[in-house]
Amino acid sequence: MAITRGFLGKRRPERPDRLPPGQYDTGSGWPTLTAEATPDLDVEKWSMSVDGLVERPQSWSWREMHALPSSTYFGDIHCVTTWSKFDTTFTGVSVDTLLEAAGPTDEAKFVMAHSTTGYTTNLPLEDLTGGKAWVVWEFDGKPLQRGHGGPVRLLVPHLYFWKSAKWVTRLELMARDRPGFWEQNGYHDRGDPWLEQRYQGDP
Amino acid sequence: MTGAAPAGGWTTGRIIELDHPTDRLVRLRFHVEERVDHLAGQHYVVRLRAPDGYTAQRSYSIASDPDDPLLELMVECLPGGEVSGFLHDVAEVGDELELRGPIGGWFVWEGDVPAVCVAGGSGVVPVVAMTRVAKRLGLEDRLKVVVVARTWDDLPYAAELQRYGAFIALTRENLGDRVAAPPYPDELAAYVAGAERAYVCGSVGFASFATRLLEDAGLPSDTIRVEQFGETS
Repeated sequence: MAITRGFLGKRRPERPDRLPPGQYDTGSGWPTLTAEATPDLDVEKWSMSVDGLVERPQSWSWREMHALPSSTYFGDIHCVTTWSKFDTTFTGVSVDTLLEAAGPTDEAKFVMAHSTTGYTTNLPLEDLTGGKAWVVWEFDGKPLQRGHGGPVRLLVPHLYFWKSAKWVTRLELMARDRPGFWEQNGYHDRGDPWLEQRYQGDP
Repeated sequence: MTGAAPAGGWTTGRIIELDHPTDRLVRLRFHVEERVDHLAGQHYVVRLRAPDGYTAQRSYSIASDPDDPLLELMVECLPGGEVSGFLHDVAEVGDELELRGPIGGWFVWEGDVPAVCVAGGSGVVPVVAMTRVAKRLGLEDRLKVVVVARTWDDLPYAAELQRYGAFIALTRENLGDRVAAPPYPDELAAYVAGAERAYVCGSVGFASFATRLLEDAGLPSDTIRVEQFGETS
């Protein structure tokens, strides 16, 4: 593509190896993106379930989730709206822990994450296993704020952040892929920031 | 409507018109090659490319009616904004930019549902596209609009929105005999009445304020569609 006349660029990254193509470092800020009214979620009424193509459908209350072995992610996050945020710390439980309890069947290849709001997002199962995904309730040592999905959200930091469903309440294991909320509205089914898979039709 | 929204790939847009309605706003009108017609509420991505291959891209809501032969964006110049600053200070008529769109199929209004829009500051842009569609189709009674800004000059398309019949709440200066204040619930009532869907667009703080206002006015939260920008710390 042609060079834009008069554009030199001023936000050149200090650590270009950490910034996927087309992203910029948002520094200490944390933009929020949401399509719905932010819910006021009562944790005592919330539960996390894993069902669909599993041997043993599971459901955990807020307190039961906290009794599971805790797990922390330290690293970067990337939003499709082009900001990246470095060195974040999220704490919760590994999705591996939840999946091990439920036992995905051999047919299970994809997952639909559901939020209390009705928001959904689809992911390949292998993007949620092997220490790559969490259900989290703490950011930088403090309870996750409502606007950022508090009290609890999915965290899949190696994919664009719309995959990290806010207010997550259910993981549904599926044999075939099916588009979630943004995916029905033109966004990519996988969303790898390093491959710049932003919209349907990207590689 | 899901899955049915039009989507376009990367293309080139030539700037045909460019003006600065206020110090902080730039209005750009593009001829878009192989344009895919959009729905009111959708957005485009603008990508800038430096000589060494470095790129920067941002999304901007479309202001124009799909019927308009040109694509109109209204961009607020943000402090230190890499893309908005370029569009504001460097871009000229005749420049060609990389554009991608239309994108998004959620925050769109097709005239099918009676709706109320509550927008703040530069969040009015997608709402302007909706009002232009409503006007062309004679559906003004199906699309009620409430807009909020600090001052008249901070409100893009202020005069056009006033002519449309939008309720305008200024928070830092009086407008006619209305004393500066955010919109009061009773001011909203007539605009919310009959709405089956709401569109909220603005900063993070504004979106949270407007959503609460609509919920207090009796709109179920699952009828409220939100588009917000900016950050929290």
